Amino acid sequence: MFKRPHYIALGLVVLLTLIVLNLPNHTASQLKLAIGSFFLPLFGLSKSVHQLRERGSDALVPRPTLLKENDQLRLTNQELLIRAMQGDATARENEQLRQLLGWQKQSSWKLKLANVIARDPGNWWHVIQIDAGSRDGISQDMPVVIATGTNAALVGRISAVGLASSQVSLIGNSDCKVAALVPATGDMGVVTGIASPLDNTLVTLSYLASNSNLKPGQMVFTSGEGKIFQKGIVIGQVAEDSHQAELGYTEARVKLAADLGKLEEVWVLIK
Amino acid sequence: MNWLNTILIFLVAFVAVFLESVFDGARNFLGAQIDLLPALMVYAALTASLMTMTTLAILGGLWFDSLSANPLGISVLPLFAAGYAIYLRREMILREQLYAQALLGLLASAMVPALTVLLLSMRREAPALGWGSIWQWLVMSVGGAVLTPVCFRLFDGLHHALNYRPMLENSFRADREIRRGRN
Repeated sequence: MFKRPHYIALGLVVLLTLIVLNLPNHTASQLKLAIGSFFLPLFGLSKSVHQLRERGSDALVPRPTLLKENDQLRLTNQELLIRAMQGDATARENEQLRQLLGWQKQSSWKLKLANVIARDPGNWWHVIQIDAGSRDGISQDMPVVIATGTNAALVGRISAVGLASSQVSLIGNSDCKVAALVPATGDMGVVTGIASPLDNTLVTLSYLASNSNLKPGQMVFTSGEGKIFQKGIVIGQVAEDSHQAELGYTEARVKLAADLGKLEEVWVLIK
Repeated sequence: MNWLNTILIFLVAFVAVFLESVFDGARNFLGAQIDLLPALMVYAALTASLMTMTTLAILGGLWFDSLSANPLGISVLPLFAAGYAIYLRREMILREQLYAQALLGLLASAMVPALTVLLLSMRREAPALGWGSIWQWLVMSVGGAVLTPVCFRLFDGLHHALNYRPMLENSFRADREIRRGRN
């Protein structure tokens, strides 16, 4: 039944698998990015087709609708400019007070817009690829957010960086745990994982104090613990009453503010 | 013919991995992304050489893992195992029959994710699994069963478009020509 070519094929596969799986982390991730870069022309093509389709649909929008939209955007722009001025003034005041108190200087963040070019083809990871890499100033562990109304909602963190593309681990993925704070009650916990593989809008907020009593609708923000995510980024809202979990902790389900299934553009917070 | 078949298989595998990562139709509608590589492994195991099938498992697995959070190389062994199991019995399989193609697609598409998750667990990785994963597994298996016959039709069409048509045999043979007349 087994002939020489069979042994060669079997040996080849087993040997190659063992070698690749046992490569050092850095080498494996570099190899992964190198193999993944073969797909870049196809991603470029896909992006161009998407842009062409968008331009085509834009050309069909009637002029009055465009003018109305333009007016609205102008108003929003003015409002945001005023808010930015207020923010700058507050930041200056904050800086002066920090100097007076002798506190450590806070580093400011820059933003980099990136397009989502791919999702994990498997069903057991919550990971996306974006079209910004080390040449755009992206590095490991940078927070990724999207704008929702006037707030920034947390999406995840950069988990691998290539030259022109990066991998983002979304909230709920096993390697993207987020320290969270519920300002209404002062409770702190950790977003540990998604509540169900079929619904990536619900995550589990674990390690809450045993006496915490969260109610639906309470906002959940990043607490700034852990140094990866700055304090005050919106994570979502408590979806149901908290309940006792194993080991004496309390858990709650949180409805994410960012719709992770429909991401097209994201912002990377560059330190 | 063989080289063309091999190149076409690799090309389709490459495009399939790309499409899986770009199009979210099945994921948004059914809650799971359907993997096209097991269906291709079934096709390769039934129609191509052992070396082509092995190379497909290696390349397909590496391409898939490069776009995924999977550790690089983890998908190679499950794909090869599915293809090799079919390859060993391929002389006894009615490969032209639709139900045989669908059944093999179902088995391969069920086996590959199960083996991959098993290998991930053995490496102490923490994939996002739960009760919903059973539904995802079913969708992947049934999706693979549907796509395998489609894969066979696709390759038939590609061969039809890219290969020379086989020359039909004529019953006329010059050495058997009956010469009539007096000479």
